[in-house]
Amino acid sequence: MVLITRKIEFSASHLYHNPSFSAEENRRIFGKCNNPHGHGHNYTLEVTVAGEPDPVTGMVLDLKELKEILEREVMQRMDHRHLNYEVPELAGQIPTCENIAQVIWRLLDPNITRGRLHHVRLYESPDLFADCFRNGAGSAGKQ
Amino acid sequence: MNGALKVELGRRYRFSASHRLHTSHLSEEENSRVFGKCSNPYGHGHNYVVEVCVSGDVDPATGMIANLADLDVFVQRQVLDEFDHKSLNEDVPGFRNRVPTTENVCIEIFQRLKSFPKAKLERIRVEETGKNSFEYAGDDLEGNRP
Repeated sequence: MVLITRKIEFSASHLYHNPSFSAEENRRIFGKCNNPHGHGHNYTLEVTVAGEPDPVTGMVLDLKELKEILEREVMQRMDHRHLNYEVPELAGQIPTCENIAQVIWRLLDPNITRGRLHHVRLYESPDLFADCFRNGAGSAGKQ
Repeated sequence: MNGALKVELGRRYRFSASHRLHTSHLSEEENSRVFGKCSNPYGHGHNYVVEVCVSGDVDPATGMIANLADLDVFVQRQVLDEFDHKSLNEDVPGFRNRVPTTENVCIEIFQRLKSFPKAKLERIRVEETGKNSFEYAGDDLEGNRP
């Protein structure tokens, strides 16, 4: 099995606010991420697909195809958007790294028909990221 | 909530410390041969990067596995306060009788963080420099790194 990874970057704004919490609780739990006007990040997404290279093409899947899937499913939905208000898949969720990574997984998984989606890593900043993979799968080979 | 997905949260921290690779189990000549310039008696330092990965259910109310503020405070207290701007050999009790290689630094940090009460510690990855890194995920080989 071979793992191939493609990286993209997108920029988006968000804020953390749970309407079922009081204003004071929102501030205490979410800190400065609760600023009502929102704030933004440059996100980096690493998508890893696992599979056997095709004996004819030598490819697990054509990276161009993966690039097109990422452009359509992630970039067009999230790049230069407000994640709270403009991404229906995140409606009703706090747009944390953990939740965005899961949404991205669910957007990508049905579209990857050659090889198998193995791992999604979403960086909100160089020092904070969430990893998402199939439950039961190990994290071996993530790096 | 997570369906069939497993989610982990990763956070990077930094500390700067000195160390010396040297063991009393070897002769001076053997120390020099094994550890090379890392055995210089006055020690030397690195800017270390520590990557902490935790897993758990994502709380639907907060969208979080663990609140970063809780993780930051815990790592600060358990590791950074005791490692940053210190001599690992002299100042960290775990290295009195253990060579502070980055392999052992990973294990020491894992031991110090595994009691994090808000999520399960999955793995520690330490970059000693930008060119080398080490990982430790506990001794349970059947566990999180099959």
